[in-house]
Amino acid sequence: MTDIPTLTAAELVEEFEFYDDPMDRFQFLIELGRQMPPLDDAYKVEAFRVQGCQSQVWLVPQASKDGGQLYFLGDSDAQIVKGLVALLAMLLSYKTSEEILAYDLESLFDQIGLAQTITPSRANGFYNMVQRIRDLAAAAKNNA
Amino acid sequence: MTVASQHADKLDLDAIRADFPILHQEVHGKPLVYLDNAASSQKPQQVIDALREVDERFYANVHRGGHQLSNESTSMYEESREAAQRFLGAKSKNEVIFTYGTTSAINTVAHAWGSANLAPGDEILVTEMEHHSNLVPWQQIAQLTGAKIKALPITGDGLLAMDELPGLLSERTKMVAVSAASNVLGTINPVTEIVRQAHEVGAVVSVDAAQAAPHKPIDVVAWDADFVALSAHKMVGPSGLGILYGKQALLEAMPPFLGGGSMINTVTIDSFTPALLPAKFEAGTPPITAAIAFKAAIEYLENIGLDNILAHEQMLAEYAHQLLADVPGLRILGPAPHQKAGIVSFTVDGISPNDIGMMIDTAGVAIRAGHHCAMPLHARYGIASSARASFYLYNTREEVEIFVAAVRKALTILS
Repeated sequence: MTDIPTLTAAELVEEFEFYDDPMDRFQFLIELGRQMPPLDDAYKVEAFRVQGCQSQVWLVPQASKDGGQLYFLGDSDAQIVKGLVALLAMLLSYKTSEEILAYDLESLFDQIGLAQTITPSRANGFYNMVQRIRDLAAAAKNNA
Repeated sequence: MTVASQHADKLDLDAIRADFPILHQEVHGKPLVYLDNAASSQKPQQVIDALREVDERFYANVHRGGHQLSNESTSMYEESREAAQRFLGAKSKNEVIFTYGTTSAINTVAHAWGSANLAPGDEILVTEMEHHSNLVPWQQIAQLTGAKIKALPITGDGLLAMDELPGLLSERTKMVAVSAASNVLGTINPVTEIVRQAHEVGAVVSVDAAQAAPHKPIDVVAWDADFVALSAHKMVGPSGLGILYGKQALLEAMPPFLGGGSMINTVTIDSFTPALLPAKFEAGTPPITAAIAFKAAIEYLENIGLDNILAHEQMLAEYAHQLLADVPGLRILGPAPHQKAGIVSFTVDGISPNDIGMMIDTAGVAIRAGHHCAMPLHARYGIASSARASFYLYNTREEVEIFVAAVRKALTILS
């Protein structure tokens, strides 16, 4: 099983408070992206591609060994976007589908001021990623 | 004293910049460096004042009521048409149609001229460097009429492969659709020569001048072009407005495109006769405020001089080429600065242009990253996207330096 580094909401808030310059925030996101395990090219197909992003983005759900939890792999050809994929994967991996669906991402992103870091067109793509994760969690819940 | 004012340049940059209020602000705590002019330019106070003046004092629908306000707005609307006629060098104001932009102008030609003149087996010749708005309308009319699309390739330097043009033109060629300047490469194309060769085989030529009109003098008669399209918002004018120039005989012979008010002579329940030019192609209420204020934009550019503007932009492009030359892995797309408008598009090995665009935005530098509505052109270079800095009359050498420094800083983080 591939290990996804974990990131808690408290850690994320702390990082964003520390890095208040947008360039530093991008650098932090890029570093998160570099901590993600590489995504096998076999996953870089239409079925795993997130629509509506300016860059190519792939998001792949995986079930933990006992099947009780989900974790997420992902990649992008743009490093800042890959950092956003990593941010979501690290916040939401190794949780049950119920926990993922209940996770209040919107409040968290408001709190850290993510909207000031990513442009509106980029934000649309980002919320498509969030929606994709929730859809995948909902599907996993229905199949359980 | 700015860096720019130390160099031989006919533009008084301090005076010009003082005319553009939007430039004097900070983004992300840094002075705005606006280098996305190929997408849309900014407006001088003269144009902003003209827009406000119309809405405060003269606004009414044009060519409608017999009342005083409508008479005034109609007169100003027609004065603006005359200014556009002068700007283009057109013989008659009947050849100058107000549209909603270059895209709607080209769609008008493609559909109105194309539906009346294209048949199966006919050919439409485009080029590999066209913006989607000078490509997709031709594909659409080709699908409807059975005509075929052919494309003139570009060289590795980003110039049109002119030696291949004679081999692509034949009596089957009915339309040649070409841009006067590329929105990605900046390349200034030899329109007069293309028109000459196209006319020899009897083809009609439609010129997309969206990227040329803001930067260099245009003379539609010297070009001998049959149709020319441009957008006001790329030449210090308002958005939502464009011009379609067409030779009078061609405009008279082709059917109207959009149907509606103003474009008719008489209407019965099952038929209509079209109005005379130019109303025939101006269905519905036009963008009145923008059209009237466009005159102020034209006068602004004429006062400074298009030749001076092009020389200034080419000086900035040359400086950018010079400063970017030793950035590792960076490749500039397109020809040498003297062969293009002030556009510098580039890629960096292994780095997403989107990342570069987002990073340098935090330094206050506005560029565009993406395919710039020219996917076939990027495919020709084997890439999906590029980063584009585009200069205009108000940009300075100092801004070029800030832009290049921001790119260098971004690359240290992204590499």
